[in-house]
Amino acid sequence: MTKRMAGSTTELPPAARDAVTTPADESISRRDLIAGAAGAIGVAVAAGIPLVAGGQAAKAAPVAPVVPADPTKLQGAPTSQVGSRSTFFKPSRTPFGETVGNSLTPLQDLAGTITPADLHFERHHAGVPLIDPARHTLLIHGLVETPLMLTMDEVKRFPQVTRTYFIECSGNGRNAYREPKPDLTPQKVAGLVSNTEWTGVPLKVLLDEAGAKPEATWFLAEGGDACVMTRSIPMAKAMDDAMVVWTQNGEPLRPEQGFPLRLLLPGWEGNTSVKWLRRLELGTRPWATRWETSKYTDPLPDGTARQYSFDMDAKSIITAPAFPQVLSRGWWPVTGLAWTGRGRITRVEVSTDNGRSWTDAELTPTTGVKAPVRFTHYWEWNGKEAVLLSRATDETGYVQPTRKELLKVRGIGTDFHFNPIVGWKVAADGKVTFHGET
Amino acid sequence: MRRTVIIGLVLATAACAGDRVASDTPTAAGFSSIPARHYGLGRAATPAEVAALDIDVGPDGEGLPAGSGTATLGADIYQKKCAMCHGPKGLGMPPAFPLIISRDPKAEGFKFASDPKLPKSIGNYWPDATTVFDYVRRAMPLLQPGSLTNDEVYALTAYLLAANEVIPMSATLDSASLMQVKMPYRDKFVPDDRRGGREVK
Repeated sequence: MTKRMAGSTTELPPAARDAVTTPADESISRRDLIAGAAGAIGVAVAAGIPLVAGGQAAKAAPVAPVVPADPTKLQGAPTSQVGSRSTFFKPSRTPFGETVGNSLTPLQDLAGTITPADLHFERHHAGVPLIDPARHTLLIHGLVETPLMLTMDEVKRFPQVTRTYFIECSGNGRNAYREPKPDLTPQKVAGLVSNTEWTGVPLKVLLDEAGAKPEATWFLAEGGDACVMTRSIPMAKAMDDAMVVWTQNGEPLRPEQGFPLRLLLPGWEGNTSVKWLRRLELGTRPWATRWETSKYTDPLPDGTARQYSFDMDAKSIITAPAFPQVLSRGWWPVTGLAWTGRGRITRVEVSTDNGRSWTDAELTPTTGVKAPVRFTHYWEWNGKEAVLLSRATDETGYVQPTRKELLKVRGIGTDFHFNPIVGWKVAADGKVTFHGET
Repeated sequence: MRRTVIIGLVLATAACAGDRVASDTPTAAGFSSIPARHYGLGRAATPAEVAALDIDVGPDGEGLPAGSGTATLGADIYQKKCAMCHGPKGLGMPPAFPLIISRDPKAEGFKFASDPKLPKSIGNYWPDATTVFDYVRRAMPLLQPGSLTNDEVYALTAYLLAANEVIPMSATLDSASLMQVKMPYRDKFVPDDRRGGREVK
């Protein structure tokens, strides 16, 4: 966060540094001239003046951006068909090149609660398929009155609803749980969670259309990727808050998030929200697919393994201050995200003394159901060593456990559903490192 | 003026949404109160269309196709089509290409919670034999998913179960015999008992 706010000239490329530090008349670059020319064209168009075809400047090769010493003394860039991020903000979903099937949301770079669509985490089991929406269909069959075939156009004609829900991969936090090393960022600790405003149709509406039979107790959801991914889901979820969605933050789903159509099961482990959804089959028992037997089951210390463990337990993480920030003395917002698959977060407490005392943090918004809240606690750092922790409570009364508590009931080798209290150690020199041994 | 706009918006929303989503406030949890309604959208799928997509196999054997294959033949297919990723002995190259063949004596106590390195091979961990058939048929081999014949999938399933010491290497599998196979650790799998509340489980 400090990195983003500081605007330090040392982060800029040499040319840009020069531009900032040299007088305005020497810093006007070729790009600035282009921008200026474009601005003039804009004025011309607005004034109804006919234009001659673009000159040399318009065809010039792109050059590195140069920052004017005084932006008020130069016309800005022209309008564009698609916006882009500031050249000063370059968030990255996969910071260390680990691309084997997942990428992580850079939680430390984001504010509020909504995840920009292109920064939503990815987890896929056979890559991202390229699907033509004009040829994509959804088949609903099994224990229904009429096996139903729907085109995308038809799916979109059902009554639409818009809801904000998080999706969290149930493997989120495995590394930090098993090996809590000091050099982990929020992204590395918990970046397999993202939050989105989804638009789609309640699954119940589609199942009513097909005439779901009352004896159906489970359904199978199948994706159209190269592993034809499948999960078995209880019908109770289908008739509750499940959705079939095609929109992510106001635009069609990103391919990585299931374009053109995905299932959305609020609060449940991410892979149950099957992407590239092409088929729903209603039946009377789960199918025991590979993704609910070999994977996504939870070994327990009593020698059993929990199966069909859907709910995501309450969890929170401070996203700033965090590694690799270096703090100076004074006031800092200790801020982060908290979420629960069981409804609302009712309380987030922050400790600045490694759990000896806790203070209620401010929550915004306060009403999200299966959607994250952002919490903030203002804290004045006095220059002494400190450990910052956050602890979430949800509306069922569940309190986020320490790592020790979780180790006791799950063991070090359990594979999914990691939600221990974690935090950040602030050393006397201001260096912030991950603190996972709670 | 502003009030008029708001009333207009409310009316427009009601007109679009109707009674079906009247309870759809931002804090509403579910859609269970939406009355069932028929919109006449889509069309009835033909039996052939359903059959083309409906390849899933249940743990009770439902959905298993006709056909059969021997573990011996499966061993040949494995070396030709699977070994380049999973290794000639099924040890894989984790995490991209998982280990699939192993019967570790340490797995006897199902101590996966205390030992993250204990391999969750088919023989050590998988609760249902039908999962092997279903997964291989829909997703393997990696570069030609869905290309195997049903006989080949039966043969590969037989080989993988035999190599994991679940059935003998002399075995032949078809739908009837596959649904009879009980995996060694089937009974270790339990339903999720987490329900929120104070207790951490």
